[in-house]
Amino acid sequence: MLEVQEATVRFGGLTALDRLSLSVGDGEVVAVLGPSASGKTTLLRAIAGLQALDEGRILWDGSDLSVVPPHRRGFGLVFQDFALFPHLDVGRNVEFGLRMQGLGPAERRRRAEEVLGRVEMSGMERRRVATLSGGQAQRVALARALAPEPRLLLLDEPLGSLDRTLRERLTGELRHLLAGLGVTALYVTHDQQEAFGLADRVAVVDHGRALQVGTPEEVWHFPAGERVARFLGLRNVLEAVVEGGRARTAAGPVPTPPGIASGPARLLVRPSAFSIDPTGEIEGVVRSRVFRGNGYSVEIEAGGTMIEAILPRAPRAGEPVRLRIDPEGVSPLNGP
Amino acid sequence: MTRRRLATVLLAGLPLAFLLAFFAWPVGSIVATGLFPGGRFDPDPFRRALGGGLPGIAWFTLWQAAASTGLTLLVALPGAYVFARYDFPGKRVLRALATVPFVLPTVVVGTAFLALIGPGGLLGFRLDGTIWAILAAHVFFNYAVVLRTVGGLWSHLDPRLEEAARLLGAGRWRSFTTVTLPLLRPALAAASSLVFLFTFTSFGVILILGGTGLRTLEVEIYRRTTMLFDLPLAAVLALIQMVAVTAVLLAYARYQERRSIEQSLRPAGEVARRPRNWREWGLVAGTLLPTGALLLGPPAVLVSRSLHGEGGWGLDFYRALGQPGRTGARLVDPLQAVGNSAGFAALATLVALAVGLMAASVIAYRRGRAGRWFDALLMLPLGTSAVTIGFGFLVALDAPLDLRASWVLIPLAHALVAMPFVVRTVVPVMRSVQTRLREAAATLGAPPGRVWREIDLPMVARAAAAGAGFAFAVSLGEFGATAFIARPATTTMPVAIFRFLGQPGGLNFGRAMAMSVILMVVTAATVALIDRYRPPTLGEF
Repeated sequence: MLEVQEATVRFGGLTALDRLSLSVGDGEVVAVLGPSASGKTTLLRAIAGLQALDEGRILWDGSDLSVVPPHRRGFGLVFQDFALFPHLDVGRNVEFGLRMQGLGPAERRRRAEEVLGRVEMSGMERRRVATLSGGQAQRVALARALAPEPRLLLLDEPLGSLDRTLRERLTGELRHLLAGLGVTALYVTHDQQEAFGLADRVAVVDHGRALQVGTPEEVWHFPAGERVARFLGLRNVLEAVVEGGRARTAAGPVPTPPGIASGPARLLVRPSAFSIDPTGEIEGVVRSRVFRGNGYSVEIEAGGTMIEAILPRAPRAGEPVRLRIDPEGVSPLNGP
Repeated sequence: MTRRRLATVLLAGLPLAFLLAFFAWPVGSIVATGLFPGGRFDPDPFRRALGGGLPGIAWFTLWQAAASTGLTLLVALPGAYVFARYDFPGKRVLRALATVPFVLPTVVVGTAFLALIGPGGLLGFRLDGTIWAILAAHVFFNYAVVLRTVGGLWSHLDPRLEEAARLLGAGRWRSFTTVTLPLLRPALAAASSLVFLFTFTSFGVILILGGTGLRTLEVEIYRRTTMLFDLPLAAVLALIQMVAVTAVLLAYARYQERRSIEQSLRPAGEVARRPRNWREWGLVAGTLLPTGALLLGPPAVLVSRSLHGEGGWGLDFYRALGQPGRTGARLVDPLQAVGNSAGFAALATLVALAVGLMAASVIAYRRGRAGRWFDALLMLPLGTSAVTIGFGFLVALDAPLDLRASWVLIPLAHALVAMPFVVRTVVPVMRSVQTRLREAAATLGAPPGRVWREIDLPMVARAAAAGAGFAFAVSLGEFGATAFIARPATTTMPVAIFRFLGQPGGLNFGRAMAMSVILMVVTAATVALIDRYRPPTLGEF
């Protein structure tokens, strides 16, 4: 089990990691989700031993790793741009870690064959690395990291440089692979679809801090604060006063989920919670609409605030609209 | 961290010791000889130097270098453009051929031009002893510097930048002057500084083509030392020359520091294309044909004259190399010279490679101020003329152990001259090995030493081989330093050629031609091998 305790890394005046704590249980896949330059790659490098901590500790099964150099940690790392060795072919890339363990040629070849088969790259051993496509290189990089059977697999945006369709397909494959191997993994990404699709738990990181750690469902349904919500693409945060199951906001009255205390509150309203209803209590004017395929993304000005809604049909810009809100799509925000 | 530091100290130590013994000490001895003859400060050599035509010689050294540099740029830039932007049949071969003059020993270049415009020259008129012969030889010699440095960068410049400028409304000429030229400026500055430095310290070419009238500082140092035995005055000249060279190097370094732009370079293959129409084909041909005549003419004439003796065509001159010839008081054994050259070159290559690799790894892996200083320090021998090094060896290395009479001095001097080439070839490749590849190896369980062996070494090996080839070629052709320290029994091929040229008679002249051809062929073959196995600069990854 991996434990990161209050890890801090500074580069000059910049704090890349700011007392970040996180744990990964055995066999668990944890995704670190955050925007670019949020410190997530630094976290990964620190765990791999490629970056020293200024403060804090990193423990594996309770023992401090700070004195253990990268090559003795037994962690595998898949780099964002794969970092395949250009002077070695596919097979020798995959065998590299096994060779470092001192395994004989026959055993190495057998293991490399097996792990290449697992990533569906059988028979590619003698291919030159430079001739691989992006998806193939990604598989080889994964196979290379998996071959020595690391205690912990670290993945640094391994799908980040691939195009969208390939990324979606590989996300699914990767989930099966990680689940099938029962490997403990830490997966860094800026893509919430990837994070939700792959991970048992998600840690949302920004400015070097962990803003929220939880299952994908928890994070999606109950974002800890406005920053998490905004990072998930949820922008309707309304200041409200709650009284008897209803809330007054600048945009109009908003129904609240049960169990919310009376008094001032900040409410998150999902874009999908809105629907057009002539009897709706929210009155506004459409300011812009963009066709998104599965509906329109509409910006509506109501009571001086802008709300974002996803609607199957929408009036043109400038036209008035009345909206109803599904209480299921409203949740309180507690953190910053 | 401390183990890392210890490794650095050990790696840096040997190159430093080498420089101290065979560079700093000789240079120090020159200072002592020039300024403190007899152990005390004495301005007399200085005064005599000023009275003895020094200002004239210094002025000539300076302006011939400036003129040579300007002329070389003028002649070579069109070639650099054509090589960078167009693909045409035979490009590879032509590029390799264009590089050959630069690696030819200066003595061979001098001899080739002598064959063309010297006594009995092919063109029918004599230019030896005039500035024109010197300028022509310098352009011939340095063409490749501009082609490689400027053309090299040019061939990686993204043509889309110029296209962007065109779309923003700049005409063809303006987009060249506002986009391409500024981007090329680092390479232009590097090439001009190099050419200026080479021509400022030109020795073999001027000794052979300058006749008795045209003398640069280098030639004068040699003359004062070997003919007039006036060591203090020669030392003063060497000092002045070192100061001038250092000034050029410093100016260049400052310029580079101010000017470095991060450029997004593209693999050369993506930039060059076939000429599309007759105008472009005409441009390519119109540039390459005169260049070909300039670069291939002198060597061709050299070969033909080496085969044409008094008795008509034949191998007489080559056969004459088999017999020792008496040139004046000195006995020159051509076969022995060939053997000496080969042996010295092999030894010099080994030393330059070993010391150079150590130095390169310090420069490449230890960044920061210390690394930069070390880098500059190692380039000093490159900036110092070979004549200064030879002269320094001559005046320095008598105590504590008298090495002056030892043959070991020659390969050591060659190694000193060649080492910067090794460093320059290897450092960029070492630096290009991305940190992430080393990190990847570390996370896969490779300890630091193993990382170096598994990742760096295989990638650097080819560059090291190329560096060794350069060192070999440099040593084979080295003349400036060797001229001071070679004894009759340790004569090398360039020195033998010079001695033959200095003697009257068609046979001696022919022997010089024949031996020049042999030296030219061996050097060209070495360089062709390097070019074949040279590591690609912008890699496949």
